[in-house]
Amino acid sequence: MFSHRLAPLAGLAVVAALLPLALTNNFLLNIAIVAGFNAIVCVGLNLLIGFAGQISLGHAGFFGLGAYASAVLVSTYGWPPLAALLAGAAAVGGLAFAVAKPILRLKGHYLAMATLGIGIIISIVLKTETKITGGPDGMPVDSFSLLGFAPYGERAWYWIVAALLVLAVWGALNLIDSPAGRALRAVHGAEVAAETLGVDTAGYKVMVFVLSAVMASVTGSLSAHYLGFITPGASDFFRSIELVTMVVFGGMASTFGAVIGAVVLTVLPQLLTSFHDYEAMVLGAILMLTMVFMPKGLVPTLSALIAPRRQV
Amino acid sequence: MLKRIVGVLATATAAVGLLAGTASAADLIRIGSFLSATGPASFLGDPEKKVLELYVDKINKDGGINGRKIELIVYDDGADAAKAGSFAKRLIDSDKVDVIVGGTTTAATMAAVPLVERAEVPFISLAGAVVIVEPVKKWVFKTPHTDRMAAEKVMLDLKKRGLSKLALLSEDSGFGKSGREETLKVAKDRGIEIVADEVYGAKDNDVTAQLTKIRNNAQAQAVLVFGLGQGPVVVTRNYRQLGISLPLYHGHGVASKDFIKLAGGAAEGVRLPAAGLVVAEQLSNADPQKKVVMAFTETYQKQFQAEPSTFAGHAYDGLMLAVEAIKRAGSTDKAKVRDEIEKTKGYIGTGGTVTMSPTDHMGLGLDAFHMVEIKQGNWQLAD
Amino acid sequence: MQAPMVGERVAPVKPAKFLAPSPQPLSREGRGALSGDAITMGADFLQFLVSGITVGAIYALAGLGFAIIYNASTVINFAQGEFIMIGGMSAATLTAAGLPLPLAILIGCAAAMLGGVLLAKFAIEKARNASVVTLIIITIGASIFLRGLAEVVWGKEFHQLASFSGDTPILVLGAAILPQSLWVIGVALALILVIGFFFTRTLSGKAMLATSYNRLAAQLVGVNVRKVVLAAFALSAALGAVGGAVVTPITFSSSEMGIMLGLKGFTAAVLGGLGNGLGAVVGGLIVGIAEALSAGYLSSAYKDAVAFVIILLVLVFMPNGLFGKRGTERV
Repeated sequence: MFSHRLAPLAGLAVVAALLPLALTNNFLLNIAIVAGFNAIVCVGLNLLIGFAGQISLGHAGFFGLGAYASAVLVSTYGWPPLAALLAGAAAVGGLAFAVAKPILRLKGHYLAMATLGIGIIISIVLKTETKITGGPDGMPVDSFSLLGFAPYGERAWYWIVAALLVLAVWGALNLIDSPAGRALRAVHGAEVAAETLGVDTAGYKVMVFVLSAVMASVTGSLSAHYLGFITPGASDFFRSIELVTMVVFGGMASTFGAVIGAVVLTVLPQLLTSFHDYEAMVLGAILMLTMVFMPKGLVPTLSALIAPRRQV
Repeated sequence: MLKRIVGVLATATAAVGLLAGTASAADLIRIGSFLSATGPASFLGDPEKKVLELYVDKINKDGGINGRKIELIVYDDGADAAKAGSFAKRLIDSDKVDVIVGGTTTAATMAAVPLVERAEVPFISLAGAVVIVEPVKKWVFKTPHTDRMAAEKVMLDLKKRGLSKLALLSEDSGFGKSGREETLKVAKDRGIEIVADEVYGAKDNDVTAQLTKIRNNAQAQAVLVFGLGQGPVVVTRNYRQLGISLPLYHGHGVASKDFIKLAGGAAEGVRLPAAGLVVAEQLSNADPQKKVVMAFTETYQKQFQAEPSTFAGHAYDGLMLAVEAIKRAGSTDKAKVRDEIEKTKGYIGTGGTVTMSPTDHMGLGLDAFHMVEIKQGNWQLAD
Repeated sequence: MQAPMVGERVAPVKPAKFLAPSPQPLSREGRGALSGDAITMGADFLQFLVSGITVGAIYALAGLGFAIIYNASTVINFAQGEFIMIGGMSAATLTAAGLPLPLAILIGCAAAMLGGVLLAKFAIEKARNASVVTLIIITIGASIFLRGLAEVVWGKEFHQLASFSGDTPILVLGAAILPQSLWVIGVALALILVIGFFFTRTLSGKAMLATSYNRLAAQLVGVNVRKVVLAAFALSAALGAVGGAVVTPITFSSSEMGIMLGLKGFTAAVLGGLGNGLGAVVGGLIVGIAEALSAGYLSSAYKDAVAFVIILLVLVFMPNGLFGKRGTERV
């Protein structure tokens, strides 16, 4: 842990600490907070896609479930927010565990389709069960409070998100360097070889799938409290694709890549509103061009340019 | 490593710079708007956007308000309530607008309500559901007639035709849901029995399943459809396809020529409550609304070569109410403007005569609605 | 109970006459075994079945498009739905501008094919060796781009296209079938047969198949695999465009129509087993019919979920789809 890994993490913490000085109004802080939430989900998703070599086109479903769990349990049933958050995370973890085993046997496009299907089914259920979820137009969410402390406003939430992000990145880096992490990377690199060495590849795949799902769920819960409003759109196919794009754009198998990808792709659409009617075209073009010219993602391509990595 | 930190900081600052920078000329009056110009509600949002842009331009050409020009900032939320909320935040916190006229759909409006209440910015909504102004919220107003009024108008027409059993088909959108609730409430008071209560999805392109159930219901004497945008068109076409001959009513969400164009012959005979705007020439000359709606229709037609829908009219009314209030307040002080909006009395708009009060933030009476029937591709007064 | 004859024009008849008169309110569940009941239920079933086959035909075409491209290049083209949209929008707007229908459809096809070839040439070829996920993102970027382009060119409203042979529903055993449905089914069938012929009887078609079995071997026997990929994209685009044009009179076209169609087409292709064209067609029909039947008999709200539930069940038990090649893993 005390290696070249510590420096970038410290760097991230420093940036996070200094950023509010540059963000002069609440709207900018809002973008930073949303980017932060996305980054946390992406760090988890990156463990699944980048390190374990799997695909998930339905992760927004887990995010949405966490968000609605909090929304419904707190606003409709009066649960304490932390309890709702944990209950949501547990439920999502359970669901992810249940579907992981059969699904992770699939490969490539079949796995993509299966995760896509799960995400869409979750999104449709959230949209349709109007009595519970408020339907396609969503429902308002009460604020988060823990032991009398209720974060209110952009400044408070910024610090919460920044702290959680640093924590998530630290956790991910530790995991990658641990024996479990090495097993994961082995699964990605040469699954059959790993199995012959006695690595429980199926077990590790399930573990990382559940972990990334739970991270998405917790982030969903917090995000619902922050926004004060949740719609089924938060769990739909487009959101899932956005998340995968952030991970791939930033660089798979790079935790910081996931963070940077999330930040860039959260900020980008806001910048693009100045293109008005051409916004979608520009976004699509940017996505295509970056993936064609930087197929490994932003961070790995840039690092290879700046500091060619020694072959280990 | 240091390079990486510097790189990130540099990108962040650049991004922040781009976002934060809108040259704030202190003299401009800023009117913000978030509309659903794309997506399933685009036939409401797109004309709304066009009207706001057209009239802000016109007002600026005529010298602005009290000598100050208006800057209009419009964002497209694509009928996504969460996006609408974030655009509302952007308008309030980043663009620092003085008043917001927007919110095409009920959902988008409701997402923005807590934000404008907290930030104390006057907001005139262009959406239909009664929940927007009931209970009354200090900073929120609306121009379109409510779904409750639409339901009542339909009930009155049913009674006139001697019908008393209604089948209801509502959309799963906020407008449809609210319309359904209001219809159920109003029906009870007016002695109409709801014999079927089906729901369809806003994005469905086939509702024969629900209509078949209604068709098989022996009791139904008429059908009321509550939806907006594409959904009601599909319903109407499937309705004719299945050969259902019961009188078909729609809510006011379809009061646009686009509905007639897309539904084609299927729309023949459909009845709905609509604002005087769509039957401008058929209004009696004694009607004070006639002059206003004729002028609006002419201007709109000249600019866009199409007839204005009631949604274009609501956007016009919303803008004008805001502009008049700013004129009367003599400043853009948000509290003063809000008070002036609330004091609107006898303003004649495309939707009717508006008189607001601290307990009524919409200002229209039931007489502002006319029952119209679609005959040969045109609106026909059927009051 | 009067049973309407085939081809009879729908006369305005009060719905109450469809059923035997009864004193209590007759909900679907409440009815007993009245004789009129069986006929109505049969009619309803047929109604749903026809809706299902109509929409299934479009899914089949979309799925076939996915299969063709996948076969030639192992890429899943998430922009396939947009080719369908381009076909529909072109047909609608060009006919509104006065062009005759066949010409409008042809131009729509050409536009889609151009898009497909450009996509293949500039994006897919360059990213040949990238990972599956990267390629997915590229095609998704393409679909976002095409949707944005469509909005700029054609606007954000819905566009209508007149039905090819009128709107008068044809009554068959109590089900009201739109003539356009028959067009959709007919055109889809024709296209599928043509594609089948292409792959089994023509040299270029066989070259495409060869590329899908073993790219290297095909190159060794002189197949220009790069041209094959371009041709595959062009072919799929054309397929999608015609499908779009023929379904627009029923569903209208808008810049967003491609999204769900693309997703369901992908589902159909996977259901049938990736790379199996016939499987994709069967998959599309299964999805379409299942959707319509569950909308009619279960819940119309969950209609869209049906396709995905089916695919999940199938994939759990048959990881390579219904007709997919049972792969052995190369170590």
